[in-house]
Amino acid sequence: MTTDWPILFAITFLPLIGAVFILFIPNDDEIAAQNARRVALWTTVITFFVSLIIWIEFDYNTSAFQFVEERSWLGGTINYRMGVDGISMPFIILTTFLMPVCILASWQSITTRVREYMIAFLVLETLMIGVFCALDLVLFYLFFEGGLIPMFLIIGVWGGQRRVYASFKFFLYTLLGSVLMLLAIMAMFWNAGTTDITTLLTHKFPVEMQTWLWLAFFASFAVKMPMWPVHTWLPDAHVEAPTAGSVILAAILLKMGGYGFLRFSIPMFPVASADFANLVFLLSVVAIIYTSLVALAQEDIKKLIAYSSVAHMGFVTMGIFTLTTQGVEGGIFQMLSHGIVSAALFLCVGVIYDRMHTRNIDAYGGLVNRMPIYAFCFMVFTMANVGLPGTSGFVGEFLALLAAFKVNTWVATLATTGVILSAAYALWLYRRVIFGQLEKPNLAAIKDMNFREVAFMAPLVVLTILFGIYPSILLDVMAVSVNNLLTNYQAALAEAGQLPALAAR
Amino acid sequence: MSVLMQYAPLLPEIVLAVGTLVLLLVGAFSSNRSSVTVTWLSLILMVITAGLIIYQSSETVEMFNKTLIIDSYGRFIKILILIGSGVALFMSIDQLRQSQILKFEYAILVLFATLGMLLMVSANDLISLYLGLELQSLALYVVAAFRRDSVRSSEAGLKYFVLGALSSGMLLYGASLIYGFTGSTTFPQIAAVLQESGTNLGLIFGLVFLISGLAFKISAVPFHMWTPDVYEGAPTPVTAFFAAVPKIAAMALFVRVALTAFPSITSDWQQIVVFISIASMGLGAFAAIGQTNIKRLMAYSSIGHMGFALVGLAAGSVDGAKGVIIYLAIYLAMTLGTFACILAMNRSEGLVENIDDLAGLSQNNLPMAFLLAMLLFSLAGIPPLAGFFAKFYVFLAAIKADLYALAVIGVLASVVGAYYYLRIIKVMFFDPPAEPFEPMSGRLKLVLGVSGLFVLLFVVSPAPLVTAAEIAAKALFL
Repeated sequence: MTTDWPILFAITFLPLIGAVFILFIPNDDEIAAQNARRVALWTTVITFFVSLIIWIEFDYNTSAFQFVEERSWLGGTINYRMGVDGISMPFIILTTFLMPVCILASWQSITTRVREYMIAFLVLETLMIGVFCALDLVLFYLFFEGGLIPMFLIIGVWGGQRRVYASFKFFLYTLLGSVLMLLAIMAMFWNAGTTDITTLLTHKFPVEMQTWLWLAFFASFAVKMPMWPVHTWLPDAHVEAPTAGSVILAAILLKMGGYGFLRFSIPMFPVASADFANLVFLLSVVAIIYTSLVALAQEDIKKLIAYSSVAHMGFVTMGIFTLTTQGVEGGIFQMLSHGIVSAALFLCVGVIYDRMHTRNIDAYGGLVNRMPIYAFCFMVFTMANVGLPGTSGFVGEFLALLAAFKVNTWVATLATTGVILSAAYALWLYRRVIFGQLEKPNLAAIKDMNFREVAFMAPLVVLTILFGIYPSILLDVMAVSVNNLLTNYQAALAEAGQLPALAAR
Repeated sequence: MSVLMQYAPLLPEIVLAVGTLVLLLVGAFSSNRSSVTVTWLSLILMVITAGLIIYQSSETVEMFNKTLIIDSYGRFIKILILIGSGVALFMSIDQLRQSQILKFEYAILVLFATLGMLLMVSANDLISLYLGLELQSLALYVVAAFRRDSVRSSEAGLKYFVLGALSSGMLLYGASLIYGFTGSTTFPQIAAVLQESGTNLGLIFGLVFLISGLAFKISAVPFHMWTPDVYEGAPTPVTAFFAAVPKIAAMALFVRVALTAFPSITSDWQQIVVFISIASMGLGAFAAIGQTNIKRLMAYSSIGHMGFALVGLAAGSVDGAKGVIIYLAIYLAMTLGTFACILAMNRSEGLVENIDDLAGLSQNNLPMAFLLAMLLFSLAGIPPLAGFFAKFYVFLAAIKADLYALAVIGVLASVVGAYYYLRIIKVMFFDPPAEPFEPMSGRLKLVLGVSGLFVLLFVVSPAPLVTAAEIAAKALFL
C-alpha cells in the first residue's frame, strides 16, 4: 500500500524541524529554556499523533512493506527507501510514544543548557525512527550509527560523576561492533548488486559467505543488544546518563539489536542463523543467569535495573533464535514490553533521584509511608519486570520460554531459573526502597509524585496492564510478518538441504 | 593563430604562470603596503584559473609529445587544489598580519606551489612529474620557514627541505631505473611495454623507489617523520595550507602514476600500497592519542587519512579511483574547516595551540564548538556526516577487490582514531570553560560555516559529487 503523502518521511523528520526551531530561539535565559521545553514537547506529541496514523491505516493482512517511499540518493542502486511491516511498526510507535514522556521527565531535572539538550533529543528521535523505517542497508546504517552522536553528548554533558568514561565506552564499543557490519553491508552490495532490503530479503547468499556476514552483523547487534560478554558498556552508560537518556537507551536503542536480528540476520542469512542458534542460546542463558546474579549484588538502583535489562534481553535473543512462531513473537513482545517497563523503572528512579540526588539503595526505605502513589506505580513495574501474569512482562517471557522448551529443554530450564532470580532481585529492591519504617531523617519531608510525574507515569501503568491482559493488540500486528519471516526461513533451509538437521534437534 | 590554438588546453596554467610573474613584479616594484593588494589579486587570479578550468571542453588532450595530459580527472583535482589554495590563503590574511609576516612573497609562493601542483596533476611523463613536483616542493620549503625569526619555523623549513630533497632523490633514482628497464618515460608507453614484456626485478626496484618518493610527499608511513614537526613548527596559516592542498595533489599524482603507467603489474605495487596504507592508518590512529598540541594531532590525523585514501588506490580499480577522489574532496572540506577553527584559537597573547585551550568552548562559543565537533565527528567517519561517505567509497572498492584484511584493519583503525577526535569534543563540551577566545574574524566564520554546512548537509544530496568523481575516475581508464 502506498499513500499519497510520505508519512514515514514526515514522522522521521518532524523532530528535526522542531530541533531547527529550537536552534533559532535566541538567548540562554530561563524564558528561552522554557520555550525550548515547550517546542520539544509539542514536536514530540505531534509526531506521536501523526505516527498513530500509521497504526490506523496499517494493513494487518499483508507481510509486504507498507507506506513505501523511494527517492534517488547516492546514485546507482543505493537509494533512499522507507517502509514498515508488522515487525518494525510497533517499534516506531514505541519510540514516538516514549519521546514526550522523556521530555516531560526532563522538565525540571535538566536546568543547564536546556536548548542543546532538547535539540539532542529531537535529533536522536529522528535517527531512531529512521532506523526502524529504513528499507536500504546504507540508509539503515546511517541512522543506526548516527544515533551515537547525540547519545554521546547526552551522556557526556548532562550525565553523572563518571560521565566521560561512560560516554567514551558507549561510543567506542558500539562503533567497534558496527564497523564490521559496514564491511558486511559492502560485501552484500557487491554480491547482490543492491542494498535494497526488499530485494535482499529474497536474495540467496552463498552459504559460506552467510557465515561471515552473520558474524559481522552479530558483532554489531550483540553489542547493541547487549549480549553477554559485550554488555559491560551498558551499566556504565545507564548509570551515568540523565534519566531520560537511560530511558531512551533501555527502551529504544537496545531494541535496535533485536530488530536487526529479525530484519537482517535471520531472513538474509538463514543457514548461518540455524548454525549459530546454539551459540546464541548459550550466550543468552549465560546472560540471563549471570547478569541476574550480578543484579542481586548491586547497591545502585540504576545499575540494578541495567543488569536486569541485560538479563531480559537474554530472553529476547533466546526467543528469536528458537525460530518458531511463539519464540519470535515472544521475543518481539518482550522487547516492546521491556521498552515500556524498563523505561518506567528508570523514570521511577528519576523521580526519587530528583528529590534526594542519590541512587543508593541504602539511602531509601519506607517510602510507602510518604509516597503512596509512587509506591503503587513502582509496584506495577516491579511486577511486570518479574513477569507476573497479568502484566506485559509475563507474555513475552512465557512465549519465549515455551518456544525454547520445544527446541531445547535445557535452555528453557536454565532460563527459567532466571525468572526466579529476577523475582529475587526485583522484589528485594522493592522491599528495601519502599517498605519498612521511614527511619532516615532526610526522607521525612519527601513529597509524593506531582501532577507532571503522574501525567507521564499513568499511561505507562495503563499500557503495562493492558498488554498483559490483552496481548493480541500487539501480537495481531506482527503475526503475518512473523509467519512470513519463518516461512521464508524454512524454505531457505530446505533449499540448502539443512532442514533434516533442524528437525532432528 | 592556429599555432597558438594548440596551447589552448593549457590556458589555465599559462594564465596562472604569467599572472604570478606579473604579480611578482607588482610586489617587487611597489611600496611595502602592496602586500594586501597582491594577496587579493592572487585570490582573483586563482578564481580566474578555476573558471578557465571549469569552462574547458570535457575531452582528453595530450600535449607536448604526451608529456602532459588534460582530462576530466585532472580537471576535478585541479579545481580541488585551487579551492584549497584559495581558501587557505583567504583565511590566513588576518593571522599573517597579526604575526607580522604578511609579505607579498607569501601569496606569490602559494601561487607557484599551486602552479606546480596543477602541472603534477597533468603529468603524463616521469619528467613532467618531476618538474611539477619540484616546482611545488621548492615553494613549500620556503613557505614552511616563512617566519624567519622563529627558530621552530626555520627548523621546520630546513627539516622539510632536507628530507624532501632526499625523497626527490629517491624518486629520481626510481624514475631512472624505470626508464632504463622500459625505454620510455611517458606513462602510456611504459604501460604498453610492461603489457608486452612483463615485469622484472630492476623495474620493481625502480617502482619501489618511485613509490617511496611519492609516499614521502603524501606523508605515508614509513616516510611520515617530517609531518608532525613541520606542521607544528610552521606558522598556523601555512600548516592549514600544507594539510589541505599538497597532499591532495601528491595523492592524485600517485593515483595517476599507479593506474596509468603500471596497470598491468597491479599486483606488484598493490602489496606495497596495502602495506603503507595499513601502516599509515595504524600509526595515524595510535600516535595521535598522546598529542596535546592540536597542530601535531592534525598532522597524525592527516597521516591516517592518507592511509584511508590509499585503501582506495590499493583496490586498483575504477571504483577505487572514484573512492580516492571522493575522499580527497571531502578531506579538503573537513581540513579547511578544522583549520579555520584552529586559526580562531586566538587569545590576547596570540594564537594558542593546545587542545586544553579549547576547554568548555561550547559554553563560550556554541556555534564554533558545534561546527568543530561536527567536523571532528566527520573526520572520525561517523554517519551521517560527509566523512562517512569518504570512507564508505574507499572501503567499498577494497571489498570489491577482495582486500578483506586491509578493510578490516582499516575500519578498526578508524575506531581507534575516533578516540582522539572524541577527546577534543570531550574537552569542548564536557569540561568547564577556559578563558574565551577573541571573536572570530568574518573570513574564518565564512570558511567554517561553509565547510561545516558541507559536512552536515552532504548527506542530503551526495549524488553530484559522486557522479563527478565517477566521471573523473573513468578518465584514468580510457
